[in-house]
Formats: sequence, structure tokens, C-alpha cells
Amino acid sequence: MKNLKSLSKYARTNIYSYGMVIVAFVVVTIAQSMGMINNFLGGLLVPVCVYVVMALSLNLVVGVSGELSLGHAGFMSVGAFSGIVAAAMVRDSISSDPLKLLIAIVIGGIFAGIVGFLVGIPVLRLRGDYLAIVTLAFGEIIKNIINYIYVGVDANGLHVCTGTADNLNMENGRIVLQGPQGAVGVQKIATFGAGIVLVLVTLFVVINLIHSRSGRAITAIRDNRIAAESVGISVTKYKLTAFVTSAVLAGMAGALYAMNYSSIAAKKFDFNTSILILVFVVLGGMGNIPGTILATVVLYLVPELLRSFADYRMLIYAIVLIVVMLAKNSQKVKMLKDTILEKIFKKTKPTEVGDNV
Amino acid sequence: MSLITQLIDGLSLGSVYAVIALGYTMVYGIAKMLNFAHGDVIMVGGYICYEIMVSAGMPSILGILAAMVVCTVLGITIERFAYKPLRKAGSLAVLITAIGVSYFLQNAAMLIFGSETKTFTSVVPSFALAIKDLSISGLTLVTIVVSVVIMIALTLFIKKSKIGKAMRAVSEDKDAAELMGINVNSTISVTFAIGSALAAIAGVLLCSTSKGIMPTTGSMPGIKAFTAAVFGGIGSIPGAMVGGLLLGVIETLSKAYISYELTDAIVFAILIVVLLVRPTGLFGKKINEKV
Repeated sequence: MKNLKSLSKYARTNIYSYGMVIVAFVVVTIAQSMGMINNFLGGLLVPVCVYVVMALSLNLVVGVSGELSLGHAGFMSVGAFSGIVAAAMVRDSISSDPLKLLIAIVIGGIFAGIVGFLVGIPVLRLRGDYLAIVTLAFGEIIKNIINYIYVGVDANGLHVCTGTADNLNMENGRIVLQGPQGAVGVQKIATFGAGIVLVLVTLFVVINLIHSRSGRAITAIRDNRIAAESVGISVTKYKLTAFVTSAVLAGMAGALYAMNYSSIAAKKFDFNTSILILVFVVLGGMGNIPGTILATVVLYLVPELLRSFADYRMLIYAIVLIVVMLAKNSQKVKMLKDTILEKIFKKTKPTEVGDNV
Repeated sequence: MSLITQLIDGLSLGSVYAVIALGYTMVYGIAKMLNFAHGDVIMVGGYICYEIMVSAGMPSILGILAAMVVCTVLGITIERFAYKPLRKAGSLAVLITAIGVSYFLQNAAMLIFGSETKTFTSVVPSFALAIKDLSISGLTLVTIVVSVVIMIALTLFIKKSKIGKAMRAVSEDKDAAELMGINVNSTISVTFAIGSALAAIAGVLLCSTSKGIMPTTGSMPGIKAFTAAVFGGIGSIPGAMVGGLLLGVIETLSKAYISYELTDAIVFAILIVVLLVRPTGLFGKKINEKV
């Protein structure tokens, strides 16, 4: 522990973040080989990885760049459905599942990145709550459009239409997207290993971005836009960098998520999903990477494991959410925490300055 | 249906949006927070009216009054216990708390009233007004009239009354208002009370139109009304009215003439375009930056 403390803050964050993921992977793999993980728990592994990636990427926008986004699930949706279509196109020509999964994830990331760039342009003109509403609107638009289109694949390639699946004019093809029913007949090729790899890639991208020249420019813009602008930092360029990077990562996560289910509808990626991810980020501590990972895992698993309480679990979740937010911002709780810490460690913890949430 | 019928339906829907948007915009103007639980207050209003009117079989006017009273108390309670302790906290903390309150209301409603859709009978006896070959349903007419009355009354209240003046002062500058002897806390409570009472009326009108109610009834209208408030310039009362009406008309017209399935996409796309041209909404104040 002593050695850890002597390292720079940057190195420590790295070790905690990567270490946590690798330890989790090792523990789960061992538990799996010993048969300690039942079907129910096993089914949660990929979604947990996906949500960790989603939270880390949203953290880039909300925590690091300081912009409120309420449509992050929209990018997940773009990634998921473009990934599904890509996987369906190569279904017969490529036999290796990991390769198919990789293609789906890459295509998902690319499409989400393109959409992120297009949505990112208005981002530059708007601030605060207006930005929040544009991202919210974007999420709803994506959901609506995917509910509207039908996509099929046959020997001639891709068929796209609207209205009903009969308009596809296919010869013995497969329907991939079926309007409001979403994607059907998806091959379940997502694995926990792939999820862990994606989490590590995300960590690598996010940590390196934050600590690069661009990352410092992004935080400078967040802390004081006018001051940053006056020293020659291009607000447009750096905000867009954060936004598009976040969109690409979310798209990749979406593709992985989709490959974990045999069918998936656009309504899975609605406003509530965006909010869920935002809650992970805020409760994990904005800009704090290990905190975000931990908060996501705990907050995703707890409601799932509470399923035996059925009706009461979301009510409990809501109450916990409110109480945590109130406690986090209460002076009394802060003082109590300090006195307890003082008694345990016999020293005062330096009070944090400038922590808003 | 003819264009005029569509326009009238749009105005009816839009006026409900406007009434809800007023709640959002007043709270935003004064407490500087996005009250995401507002949509769920609508749902609570709808259920209270349903229980009194349909389950207990009492006259609809009693149902509406009960809904208003319950929602007012609920609004004040939410503000007192969930938002007031966070007055000095960052806006994201308040936002997450509001989301927590929204989840809480939805799930509590699911436990109390059940998750299935219940059939809501209209609070307005069914009659229709016929002018030549144009027929307007009584509900549409009542919705428009009630909303217009609310809007006029609210505008007068905020312009003329002492509390209204206090509300404007608090939204302009909280600290200066306090120095002038205005009780900021009670002004914020009154704002929540008015917003919630309006939400109750909107809830009853909305459920009467859609003829059904379930725990998530308030979510989508809530988001749409929030959009309307931003559309008009959040914090601006005439903005919320115009934004709500425009949104309702656009939604109805695009449903009828462009595409039924893509309505939401069209509504939100127009919103984005408006915000691109006028980044602070139609009636929003331009904020000058000071260094």
C-alpha cells in the first residue's frame, strides 16, 4: 500500500481501474469453472460490461467535458442496430464468431461516431439545459426511426424499406430489423471475455484521452470556457472530440449488448436507459473512473439481484437514489463522516474543494 | 378529416401541453431546476380523479378538485423533502434527485393502483358542437377553454398579485429578493403548489382524451411538455404557452399529413432546428456573458 501511495495520482487511477477489471475477470472465470455461477448470474455478465463501457463513455461527456447529455442510449441504439445489420450481412461468409462480433462492434462504433459527429455540431451552439434537451430529442428520434424501418438480407445484399416487411422484396432472405419489433433472429455471439476486452479498451482510450493535451484542453474548457478560449483553445474542436469519442464507445457497447440477445427492440434504448447511465456516472463521482466502474457494477447488479422483491425493488432503488443524493450534499452527514474518519485514523481528512455533486 | 378539425385537435392537445409546460417553466424560472417528477405528478392527478370519479362514483368536479388538492400537497411535500435540502448543491445533484422522485412516484403508483391500464371515463359529458359540417367534441372544447382560462389567470396572477411579483423577483435574483424582504422559501413552495395544481388539471384532461391511465401515463407528455417549455424559452411564461400550443399543432398535423409512426421524430427534429436558429428558444432571454 505504501508503494501505491508514493505513485502519482495518474498512475494510481490507472492501477485501480485496470486492476479492478482484471481481478473481476479472474474471479468470475474461476467461479465459472467451479460452477458457482448459475444461468441467471451468467446472463448478467455481458450487460454489466456493456453498462460499464456506457458509463465510462458518458463520463467523458458529463464528467470531463461538463456537458449534460440525456440521450446517451441513442448512440447505444445506433451501434446496436448497425452492428446487428453488419453481423447479419457477414453471417454466411464468415464462420468465426469472434470475428463476426468484432466486425459488429467496429461497425457499431463507426456508425455511432458518425451520428455523434452530426449531433455534436448543434452541441457547440447550445449550453446547459438546452444541450440536455437536444440530446434527449435525438435519443427519441433514433428510437422512432428504428421503429419505422425494416431491413432484410438475401443473396443480393441488403434490402431496406418502411411500412411492412412485405415491401422488402426479398428472395428467400432473412429479416433483420422488423420495425417496432426491433431486431429478430440475432446470433448470440457476445461473450464475457469480449465484454472485458471492450472495457479495457474503453479504459485505455478514456484514461489516455483525459491525460493527453486534448484532455487538458477539454477540462480547461469545462472549468472556464472564456479563459480557455482566450488562450487559444478551440472549443469546437475539443468538445467535439470528447463527444464523438464518447459516441463511438457507446456504439461499440451497444453492438456488444445486442449480440447478447436473440431479439432486441429500439424501446430498450429509451430515455430511461439514458437516465440510468447518467445515474451511474453521477453516483460514481463525475470524472472519477474507478468510482464510475464500481457504481455501475453495484447499481446494475443490486436491482437485478433484488428481483425476489419483485414489485418493491424499483421503489427501494428510487428511495436509495434520493437518500444518497441528499446525504451526499448534506453538511451534517459530511461532518459526521469526518468525525468518524478522525476517530478511526486519528487524523483529519483534507476537505475537498470544488466538488459539486 | 378536414384541416380545421385537425387544427382544433392540435390546439386542444397543445393547450394541455402548455398547461404542463407552465409547471416546468415556473419551477425552472424560480428554482433553476428541471423538475423531472412533474410528469408523474400529472399521473397522480389522473389516478386521484379516477378513484373518486370511477371507483367511488362521485361527480367529476369532486374528482378534479380532489386531484388538485392532492397534487398541490404532493408538490409542496416533494419540494420540502427532496429539493429544498439541495438548494445549494449542483444542478446535476438536483436532477438526479428529481429522477429519483419520478421513479418513486411511478413505482408507488404501480403498487397502489396496479400496472395495468385502467379505463378512464371523460370528465366532460359527451356532446358535440356542430357548425355547418364541422363538428367539435365537447371535450376538445372544454380542454381549450379551461387551458386558456388558466393561462390568462396565471398571467394576471404573476403580473398583478403580490405573490406573483415576489415570484418574478425571486426568478430575477434570489439574493436581492431576499434582501428586499421576500420570503424565498415560501415563494418557491407557492410556485411548486401552483405548478402541481396545474399538473392535476392537465392530468385529468389528458386521461379524458386518451381514455386510459397507467403508472407511466405522465412520462411521455411530461417529456413533450418539457420540450415545449424549452421550445418557447425555458423560464418564460408566454414562451411555455406558445411552445405548448405549437408543439400540439405540429404533432397533430404531422400525424395526419406526414406519417403517423414518425410523429415523435418530426416533433423533436423541429425542436432541434428551432434551437439551432434560436439557441435560447422562441421567447428566451439572450444571456450576455460577462468575463
